[in-house]
Amino acid sequence: MHTAAQPLKKDKVVTQQRALQDPTWVRWSLIAIAISFISLFICVPLGLVIFQAFSKGLQAYWSALTNADTLSAIRLTLLVAIITVPLNTLFGVISAWAITRFEFKGKSFLTTLIDIPFSVSPVISGFIFVLLFGAEGWFGSWLVEHDIKIIFAAPGIILATLFITFPFVARQLIPLMQEMGNQEEEAALSLGAGGWKMFFSVTLPNIKWALLYGVLLCNARAMGEFGAVSVVSGHIRGMTNTLPLHVEVSYNDYDVVSAFASASILAALAIVTLVLKTALEWKQANR
Amino acid sequence: MSILLSDISKNFGNFAALNHINLEVPEGELVALLGPSGCGKTTLLRIIAGLEHTDKGRVIINGQDKTDQTVSQRGIGFVFQHYALFRHMTVFENVAFGLRVKPRRDRPSNDFITKKVHSLLDLVQLDWLHNRYPDQLSGGQRQRIALARALAVEPSVLLLDEPFGALDASVRKDLRQWLRNLHHELHVTSIFVTHDQEEAMEVASQVVVLNHGQIEQQGSPTDIYDHPANAFVSKFIGQTNIFDLDEHDNDWLQTAGLLQPSQQGKIAHVRPHDIIIEKTDNHHTAPATLKDWQHLGALIRIELVKNESNGSDAPVFAEMPNEQFKQLELAKGDKVKLKVRQAHWFH
Repeated sequence: MHTAAQPLKKDKVVTQQRALQDPTWVRWSLIAIAISFISLFICVPLGLVIFQAFSKGLQAYWSALTNADTLSAIRLTLLVAIITVPLNTLFGVISAWAITRFEFKGKSFLTTLIDIPFSVSPVISGFIFVLLFGAEGWFGSWLVEHDIKIIFAAPGIILATLFITFPFVARQLIPLMQEMGNQEEEAALSLGAGGWKMFFSVTLPNIKWALLYGVLLCNARAMGEFGAVSVVSGHIRGMTNTLPLHVEVSYNDYDVVSAFASASILAALAIVTLVLKTALEWKQANR
Repeated sequence: MSILLSDISKNFGNFAALNHINLEVPEGELVALLGPSGCGKTTLLRIIAGLEHTDKGRVIINGQDKTDQTVSQRGIGFVFQHYALFRHMTVFENVAFGLRVKPRRDRPSNDFITKKVHSLLDLVQLDWLHNRYPDQLSGGQRQRIALARALAVEPSVLLLDEPFGALDASVRKDLRQWLRNLHHELHVTSIFVTHDQEEAMEVASQVVVLNHGQIEQQGSPTDIYDHPANAFVSKFIGQTNIFDLDEHDNDWLQTAGLLQPSQQGKIAHVRPHDIIIEKTDNHHTAPATLKDWQHLGALIRIELVKNESNGSDAPVFAEMPNEQFKQLELAKGDKVKLKVRQAHWFH
């Protein structure tokens, strides 16, 4: 019976393959559509960004990048990323831990809450902070009295970015940690390891690729966020403009070279993110 | 080291997982916690380990009250059903883990750790795998590594949660024997959880039968098999034929030579090997028809139907050695005579 089943199985595979073989013209036209769509909507715009950035020569590109406003925008963008990414990494790990390792009431509600920054329009997220900390907001008068500026200043931008980028790390970790279960951690404890030792020598090595992946996505968004930041920043040149905002402001001023030079940095960031992301995905799959 | 559990209770919501458990495990024993799934055996094991908290009761290991200690303080070895090896560490590092995480003042030197790990890997006969990662090992190898890892910290007690549950039948058979031998060598007080009565009887020196969060019986495998304390234990340990006198099996049983002893209940449990099949009409034999039979290796299991009985029409199972069955030269549909040698009576 066993030997009879073998060729039968083979036949099945062959017919399945045949069923998936569409006529040649269908295959090629589908491939052509996919390629032309990708070139038209991704490659052409990306090429245009670089072309426009260098349209007035290398000199103009360089001076647009090293101009005080652009440099300040780069600095602010980096500052925002340096503060928000570690904080959200920490929050992400903590909430993933709480959700996958403890049983408590309202757990599924918390899981849903984590997704809110993804489901709410970024503009709304920005407005929440204006409503809270703006001059007319709940804490507005108190902040004015104590001379603390949040809205139209770096703290507001950081808060808005924190809110927007919160889900990335947690969302990467929760499914992985759920799937792994906690037996390895229990084993570590039974062998005498303390809580921290267990986390750093057992949990962290198991989640590190997913964690890095989440951090990477979180960083890309923190640097690239436009909507929420736009609402709370006030677009003060050289003060509260992040790179994406700087692109918009420059473009509105018909300063095409400056706009596209800044955009080329963001585009480069996107490409680096993409390459790292692919590498991490490969690492995770070949763990 | 001995283990003493006094009045352990545990509830999950409204579900009482464990109900006033009292248990004493003497030093050096290899004890099986046996019961159907959901009977609370794994919960009890996890409570001894400190992986689960009790609602009530004390856990005393070697005279010390460990109830309020965490799992890392208790000095137990725990072996998980699905091995729980650290997947990013080599076999060597897995076994060394317990020694490496000791506080600095108790931590042995690297040389000592190397020597100890290799000797443990020798003990489980897998030293040649020390550079491999867990996902490069078979299930049986993983479980032996998990055992070596648990033994590395020289635990006062060894706790095993369904240690062979995830393995193939043939590997399981080998590992049972191997665990028994290992225990003879090390004499560390061990408790293992299983739902497989055959495994419990084969490996353990003491068997504790649990059901619905309560201990039904504790004793040696022989005790439990020969003198089951109640109907549940009798049914759970091995095959048994059940005759209910209230369902008019009375007459049939009396014909088969079994008189109801006074005051011992109205339900008779008869082991298949206590039913004797004869071809000739003898004194105290009851009529039956051979319906079917199965080959169990050395034994033959025979399915019979009671004739001339106004009782239940449940089949009767008998077992006899292969040779004896051949000598009887029976065929399906043959009329035979049955004799019941002995029974356990329950209410």
